[in-house]
Amino acid sequence: MPRKGEKKEEIKTKPPPPAGGSPPPNGPKKEAIDGLPPNPHSPSALASQPQVVPRMHVTPASSYSNVAGRIPVGSPSIRRDNRNQGSSHFNVSAKRDLQKLPLLKDAPPNGREELFIQKLRQCCVIFDFNMDPLSDLKDKEVKRAALNELMEYITTQRGVITDSIYPEAIQLFAVNAFRTLPPNSNPSGAEFDPEEDEPTLETSWPHLQIVYEFFLHFLEAQDFQPNTAKKFIDQKFVVQLLELFDSEDPRERDLLKTTLHRIYGKFLGLRVHIRKQISNIFYRFIYETERHNGVAELLEILGSIINGFALPLKDEHKTFLLRVLIPLHKVKSLSCYHPQLAYCVVQFLEKDPSLTEPVVTGLLKYWPKVHSPKEVMFLNELEEILDVMEPVEFNKVMQHLCTQIARCISSTHFQVSERALYYWSNDYIMSLVSENCEVLFPIILPALYKHSKSHWNKTIHGLIYNALKIFMDMNQKLFDECNAKYKESLEMQEKQHERRLEVWSKIESLALQNPQIFKVPHFRATLGVLNERPPTDSQERVVPESFLPPDLTDKSADSSSPDILKKPRHLMRRKSGLPHDFETAQAIHSYQAAELPSATPLSSNEDSNLSAQ
Amino acid sequence: MAHDGTEGSLYPIAVLIDELRNDDVQLRLNSIRKLSTIALALGDERTRSELLPFLTDTLDDDDEVLWALAEQLGDKDFVVLVGGPEYAHTLLPPLESLATVEETVVRDKAVESLRSVAEHHSKAHVEEYFVPMIKRLATGEWFTSRTSACGLFSVVYANCTPSTKQDLRTAFRALCGDDTPMVRRAAAAKLGELAKVMEPENVKQDLMGMFHTLANDEQDSVRLLAVEACAAISSLLSKEDIEQLIIPIINAAAKDKSWRVRYMVADKFSELQKTVGPELTKINLVYAFASLLKDPEAEVRAATSNRLKDFCSSLGEEYRQEAILTQIMPCIQQLATDTNQHVKSALASVIMSLSPIVGKESTIEHLLPLFLIQLKDECPEVRLNIISSLESVNKVIGISQLSQSLLPAIVELAEDTKWRVRLAIIEYIPLLAEQLGVEVFEEKLNNLCMQWLIDNVFAIREAATVNVRNLVEKFGSDWARVSILPKVLNMSQDSNYLHRMTTLFAVNLLVDVCTPDVIRTSMLPVVLKLGQDNVANVKFNVAKTLTKIAKRVDVSAVKSEIIPVMEKLAADTDPDVKYFATEALSEARALVK
Repeated sequence: MPRKGEKKEEIKTKPPPPAGGSPPPNGPKKEAIDGLPPNPHSPSALASQPQVVPRMHVTPASSYSNVAGRIPVGSPSIRRDNRNQGSSHFNVSAKRDLQKLPLLKDAPPNGREELFIQKLRQCCVIFDFNMDPLSDLKDKEVKRAALNELMEYITTQRGVITDSIYPEAIQLFAVNAFRTLPPNSNPSGAEFDPEEDEPTLETSWPHLQIVYEFFLHFLEAQDFQPNTAKKFIDQKFVVQLLELFDSEDPRERDLLKTTLHRIYGKFLGLRVHIRKQISNIFYRFIYETERHNGVAELLEILGSIINGFALPLKDEHKTFLLRVLIPLHKVKSLSCYHPQLAYCVVQFLEKDPSLTEPVVTGLLKYWPKVHSPKEVMFLNELEEILDVMEPVEFNKVMQHLCTQIARCISSTHFQVSERALYYWSNDYIMSLVSENCEVLFPIILPALYKHSKSHWNKTIHGLIYNALKIFMDMNQKLFDECNAKYKESLEMQEKQHERRLEVWSKIESLALQNPQIFKVPHFRATLGVLNERPPTDSQERVVPESFLPPDLTDKSADSSSPDILKKPRHLMRRKSGLPHDFETAQAIHSYQAAELPSATPLSSNEDSNLSAQ
Repeated sequence: MAHDGTEGSLYPIAVLIDELRNDDVQLRLNSIRKLSTIALALGDERTRSELLPFLTDTLDDDDEVLWALAEQLGDKDFVVLVGGPEYAHTLLPPLESLATVEETVVRDKAVESLRSVAEHHSKAHVEEYFVPMIKRLATGEWFTSRTSACGLFSVVYANCTPSTKQDLRTAFRALCGDDTPMVRRAAAAKLGELAKVMEPENVKQDLMGMFHTLANDEQDSVRLLAVEACAAISSLLSKEDIEQLIIPIINAAAKDKSWRVRYMVADKFSELQKTVGPELTKINLVYAFASLLKDPEAEVRAATSNRLKDFCSSLGEEYRQEAILTQIMPCIQQLATDTNQHVKSALASVIMSLSPIVGKESTIEHLLPLFLIQLKDECPEVRLNIISSLESVNKVIGISQLSQSLLPAIVELAEDTKWRVRLAIIEYIPLLAEQLGVEVFEEKLNNLCMQWLIDNVFAIREAATVNVRNLVEKFGSDWARVSILPKVLNMSQDSNYLHRMTTLFAVNLLVDVCTPDVIRTSMLPVVLKLGQDNVANVKFNVAKTLTKIAKRVDVSAVKSEIIPVMEKLAADTDPDVKYFATEALSEARALVK
């Protein structure tokens, strides 16, 4: 498993210095944003591809109704007429005429602080971008220029963040960013398609973006003192910040992600609180609404947080894995955040292999029953987990795990079957299996036998042929034994079913002797109709005369199979080329995703830091 | 299967254990559904001492199986199987552990079952078993158990001793202030239910405190649930208490910074208004309602608009007119030209029903201009909503005031490119025709009705034939002969067989409402002639139509004109024509005999 070490390495690498050349007009922003080198295993790399970024969910109003019928179904499901004009309703300030103030650099040094504060206050005026985008154009421009100047000022000047600046700068951010998000503009319930619907962009973005960036630079400034700021950046601040993660605008979520990451890094006292609040958001998402736009971003931050956990892991963190991350697998919109989630899970297992058993058991519990694309995601994740699994841990879970794999091979959806059979081209997994073939052959082989010829999809035949060949090479003798036992067991199944019926009918006759039966007429009615035959596959089974596609010499099978195995391993369902709307696409392209920086600020001394305060 | 079923040694629980070990979920599910059979086989004593402990201790299965188990245990007859009400408490342990699982549906089912099991508990057993269980759940470590606990208080509260009641209130108060929002939401959702079983003085003293906490929660999802409880609680309070305790909360919620809370207020406004009473509404709620009508969020405006009629009609009579005209009307005027079409359409669906409330003069002065604006709205849904509620206006001011604007709007909708819009307007034509009277109808709408008959969407043609029938029913057979039939029957010569079929479909329906004379002289010849058509579909429809006609005209005509044509059709080469003609023939012959 050479990947294991590598992966860690890459995440922890410090971002390389920004590419040379003069900084663009927005200046230092780029520094934070051109982060890590593209890393296929890192979720943040995924998020920077625009087609994966948009994730959105549905009106919270109707989500409440999903839970407990709070709002009657059929209450107006409003779609905005002009979809890309959706905006939060800020409390637009009453007095909006702004006077352009002199530039900070032109002010005398002793007057700069006061002018700085004046400008910060000026930028607390909120404008309307929604109802009337063309209103107050001149004043909006004044604010925009002022925000840009402020940002440049705190990045280029030293010693300007004095004690009196903290409340003002944080207030600037709070006033501009904290707001109640508007109703989601995308359709709800079954109509909702995370891969087709376009995100609604925030109309106030021209100001909001600079506000976020200003605040980020403020947090990152060398003079910034978390101890002074913690009076203002408190628990309530964090709660409000986290609420914004439900924003429909992927650009905003991206900046929020970086902002929260910085806060987590700098404010040790808030870490427990942040983790707890994120858990609450997830609980709500999992058990109540199933709607949230920012799950992927939150998981990305968590990925980085988990990376920094000290060993041995605290119980609190283990609980988080088993009670939050694992149940997140069952939400129907899993595809929106699966890469990030799988990354978090694997991180945990790399830290503490003893968690393997509960994690795998959990995954098996939430294994999708009818949702094939989701099943493929699970198989992807399981392979990642197997890649880092130690043989001792594998022994604990292998039986249940392989039963599930056998079931996947038998899936009528060829992508599921195909994905499961790709495990045979993973040498590490095969080595794990080969060490335990006594136990595992009897579990897996029947599935292979059954579909070696009967699966409707020809690709599967080739793959099964290969899998059987690998198993045969592993242990020819055992292979033959299992072959024989399989035939036997088919006959046994029939007998077992008969025996079940017999036992149940005896129980029923016992039940009928109980005088109470007359008191419970509707239970009585259920007697006798109980033993409908379960839909086992015994009815549809095909008993091939020989289970091995015996044409081991068959050229066509031989020549086709290697090709199949050469297929790329990344079998994630292709997302459609989102977004379709030209303007949306442009807006997202023109926005460059901020990368999470290296995990160093959060790294392993996290827990010691915690205990220190 | 590990167990031989020799008569004496058959042990039902072992069978169950074995079955539950099976890989197939469906099989496990079936076994759990047969729990009653196993319990019967065991007898009540062993069910109590063996089966239930086994279920409590060992069950860790798919959520689906757990759900089925929770359902089984809550069955009203399962109590019999454990030995009757005095043993009902033995059902609590397995349900208690089901009430703590993660999956919401399982937990909810377990709570539902616990609530139904609670009914079988005697007072003593409630104290001895049920209340301690509630306390355990309410102080559980994991939020799931605390959420479940919230739903159990109200079912046993009334049966408890005062001191236990005190304990329960304390426990519930703790849940209202719980650390996790999930628990606070559950508590807020159950608050109203608990209030109803509580003593009035405790509602005022104890419960109001909890209510305040929840109504001021930092999470909007909690606050909005508190709004819901508002109506239930205020129905238990005196007028003074409502004014002092509830009204401020409603007003604050109507101004809440989260639109979801305001939406909830709008949505529940009628209930709130009802419990608060007309007098307090006048002083306190009219303003709040008006401000919701002006809300910045379209969802809230639409939800409030939907409540307009209920709100206005429940206002006290003595101030109704004034309040509507001075406070509500200005808002309505703005809504009529709202930027959001859903708001306009919500308004359009209720605005007409305001006219009986405000009376003739105010309708003409204030509402009529708005009707006219909305009738010209760019969105078809808005126009449609106005037209569909014409009736209530007609009663107050008559439709003539509107006909000037109404007709162009109808004509435009009738030609809308969306067939569903056309379909909707067709459904209102008989109503309009009645209100406009025959003359106006002839002049303006008759052509439209004929046009729909040759629409290129079948659903419209079909609706158009039904419409024609309804019109004839209203205006009479003679009118049909003069105004409708010539055009309908003329279509039988059309080159398009679909139009010829439409004639047949129309005749099919008109037969019911025209006099035999009209049928015989106008319709029958045309239908008979179509019997010579060269399209099979037309021919077998002729056979069907003739069957209906035969029942309405006199026997001689059947004999001399209808049966010969049917006979000819029965000899057709097309199997379908043959089939339907033969059927028709046998019916016709039966009539003649």
